[in-house]
Amino acid sequence: MFRTRPDHRPETVQVYVEGRALMVPEGSSAAAAILIAGLPAIRETAVSGSPRLPWCMMGVCFDCLAEIDGVANRQACMVPVAAGMRIARQHGAREPQR
Amino acid sequence: MVIGGGLVGSAIAWGLRREGLSVVLLDEGDAAYRASRGNFGLVWVQSKGLGAPWYQRWTRQSAESWAQLADDLTKQTGQSLHLAQLGGVHLCLSDQEMKDREARMQQMKREAGNYGFEYRMLDAREAREMLPGLGSAVVGASFTPYDGHVSPLALLRSLHHGFTALGGVYLPNVKITGIATAPRNFLLETNLGTIQAERAVLAAGLGNAALASHFGLKAPVRPQRGQVLVTERTRAALPMPTTTIRQTGEGSIMLGDSVEEVGFDTRQTQPVMAEIAHRAALCFPWIGKLNVVRAWSALRVMSPDGLPIYDQSETLPGAYTANCHSGVTLAAAHGKLLAPMIARGALDPFLAPFSAERF
Amino acid sequence: MSLVPVSTPQAPRKFDLAIVGAGPAGMAAAITARDCGLSVLVVDENPAPGGQVFRAAELAGTDPALARDMAPGLDLIARFRALDITYRPGATLWMLDPDMGTLSLSRLNETLEFVADRILLTTGAQERPMPIPGWTLPGVMSAGAAQIALKTAGMVPSGRVVLAGQGPLMWLLANQLIRAGVLPVLVETRTQPILRTALEQGGIFSGLAQLTKGIGLILKARQSGMRVITGAKHLRAEGSSRVQTLRFEGGFEPCDTLLLHEGVIPSTHISMAIGLEHVWDARQFCWRPKLDVFGASSHTRIAVAGDGAVIGGWEAAVATGQLAALDAAFRLGRLAGADRDFRAEASADALLQARALRPFLDALYAPSQEILAPPEESTIICRCEEVTAGSLRWAAAIGATGPNQAKAYLRCGMGPCQGRLCGPTVAAVIAEIRGVAVEEVGHFRPRAPYKPITVQELAGAQHGADRIS
Repeated sequence: MFRTRPDHRPETVQVYVEGRALMVPEGSSAAAAILIAGLPAIRETAVSGSPRLPWCMMGVCFDCLAEIDGVANRQACMVPVAAGMRIARQHGAREPQR
Repeated sequence: MVIGGGLVGSAIAWGLRREGLSVVLLDEGDAAYRASRGNFGLVWVQSKGLGAPWYQRWTRQSAESWAQLADDLTKQTGQSLHLAQLGGVHLCLSDQEMKDREARMQQMKREAGNYGFEYRMLDAREAREMLPGLGSAVVGASFTPYDGHVSPLALLRSLHHGFTALGGVYLPNVKITGIATAPRNFLLETNLGTIQAERAVLAAGLGNAALASHFGLKAPVRPQRGQVLVTERTRAALPMPTTTIRQTGEGSIMLGDSVEEVGFDTRQTQPVMAEIAHRAALCFPWIGKLNVVRAWSALRVMSPDGLPIYDQSETLPGAYTANCHSGVTLAAAHGKLLAPMIARGALDPFLAPFSAERF
Repeated sequence: MSLVPVSTPQAPRKFDLAIVGAGPAGMAAAITARDCGLSVLVVDENPAPGGQVFRAAELAGTDPALARDMAPGLDLIARFRALDITYRPGATLWMLDPDMGTLSLSRLNETLEFVADRILLTTGAQERPMPIPGWTLPGVMSAGAAQIALKTAGMVPSGRVVLAGQGPLMWLLANQLIRAGVLPVLVETRTQPILRTALEQGGIFSGLAQLTKGIGLILKARQSGMRVITGAKHLRAEGSSRVQTLRFEGGFEPCDTLLLHEGVIPSTHISMAIGLEHVWDARQFCWRPKLDVFGASSHTRIAVAGDGAVIGGWEAAVATGQLAALDAAFRLGRLAGADRDFRAEASADALLQARALRPFLDALYAPSQEILAPPEESTIICRCEEVTAGSLRWAAAIGATGPNQAKAYLRCGMGPCQGRLCGPTVAAVIAEIRGVAVEEVGHFRPRAPYKPITVQELAGAQHGADRIS
């Protein structure tokens, strides 16, 4: 649960989090967008299915793995948002795309 | 005493303990070369022992005993080894590779004699039916029903755990400082104290080369580097392993494995990693999209002809040596066949061709 | 199947000096190296220069919550931006061959390769893991993570916010959150008394400016009405699908967001992967590369500067970056030894000044054993593979003498983070069970790729993509 401060960061970018349009501050990462959207989890782990949200936001922990623009297991905290970006949760291990 | 706590030594030590011997397993520390930690994890029959039917037979015997080994260990430790023996394939990327492969399979069958060797050559269509997502570059494959795969790390852990649970003594971080030998009486000076035993089994991998002569044995083994890539976990996608690609019980895809003669150099090299990745993506284009999360290089323990070496010392009876690069495939043979022979005091005559005297 | 084009084979571009990381150390090194006439490549994983301390400073510089903290970075960034160098932001180094001087990078699905005569690692710090029960629950984050969210997006946690742990960053973050309109509660795990520690460790006078700033942050936060609970022990995050309560011995705090922090340690993932010699830092409870005064490592081509060399803060990072760049110029024959030493004096003085307060801070915020090696069996140590403290203790007892064998037994460190986060804890728990020092237990041996890259990217490093169809 995070909130933005539009008074101080007025520039925004529109992205889609779980299909829902959302305006997020310029400079946000995809992981930040998920926090702003208030999702209960960014993924469920491949090991036990337990819910996770980002832990470190700086590329160390890999807890923020998400599907971005159709590509699974991307480190969402290291991906800056771009207009129209589609960010989705992951549920367990990724599906191989054959 | 068993010297070497990798897959070979651990399987023998576990087997000896099951025979009722009191056993101490001596191991190195955390940063050992430890081929067992770099293993690819195949229980593989289909190309083992070409031109050496005794090796083909030994490998087959091990593969046939594997289910029992896994069952024993799981009962003992509660840990699954993720063993699956539903057969395996070797993928061919050209007509020439296909032709060569068929010739090899024919020879394996010929050499198997009455023991029999089942195989099938699959054309591209058959192979694609068996392995969804196969790339268009694959022209065919060979299949044998004997092959399978297992988690080599779960195996190592279960052997250590099982051995200890049976009352075996596992001693890591051992440094040998002195060796004194007499027939059926072996004494090691180590940093942890003196260790004495009636039997000594040398299973120290590449370390055997230097140890063997102290025990009236020969172990002319050399390192051979292999590099492996591992992807992130995915949902079940590969029904059976290929010679170089398998999906683990956890879901990650392992891509292997190179054969490099570079001495004791365990560095990774980008061209080899790229080649492994390239070939894997040719075989299964969907693998190209997966992330490689880990990669490593490790050293195989190779004899001059690539076959295992098993011996009992003639001058110092009671001293044995076991050397091979197939610590996983042969784990069942080592634990359930070789260990009882050592406990009885003599290697069975059918192991004679594996003596280092052949070199 | 459609394909992203990958690089076509060509000879990689060569530089005098390649710098990995565009934080204070990397930027300062680039400035000094250019000044010495070296050709410079800077690669950085982030989209903009600044490192973590000045992360997104160009965006955050006008944010009243951050402006004063970002100001010194803006100047450095402006000077860095003006340099005639090759700067590749958003690029991830996934393999470094120190013998050949080759850097393999991944950037927007493209594999890049460069070669350099000298390579300087300025990969910075990461937060020490703080594995308390429940730390994987959604709503629990590192304090650094919340600060990055504030810097990059101006966003703040809503609802009840609790900071738990210790370290200078806690007070800085508390002030920044307060300026941004959030009043957190601070649950401090500090056990060392301030005054006595200061008297014992010294550095108070030479580090007076830093000390004054630190005390100012503490006073300001308290004046703003921030509640502070000190000496908290046995922390645990509780909640069903999300954190709801921070519980500790003798109390609890309800929370919607829990931010944990126990100081920072050098990011040694790459320096260990390339086999540099490391030493155990008993004051900061971490490994760091073994370096000379100029930052030169055990490998003749490689130097390390900034917090990745030893934790010292951004001013120390700038100084060590300058020193490493001068040494690079010397080793490349562009600067005489005497000139290097003369020019190094100012940086060496600044370094001394910047590090004056460090012994005090290290002693004051020394992590407790329960943070280094969590006592509760069910506490997750490896977040990726969900390996618990209990299973690690079991593995150590049956014969895992070090992290690499524990990894083989349990898979801890085998997930996508490759042991970055669990490494220190795994070693500490094994050390505790074996009754030996952590340095004797050793550390993970990281391998390339240092970060996950696709099989296709890896293949593309040698083959044109057209061959994969």
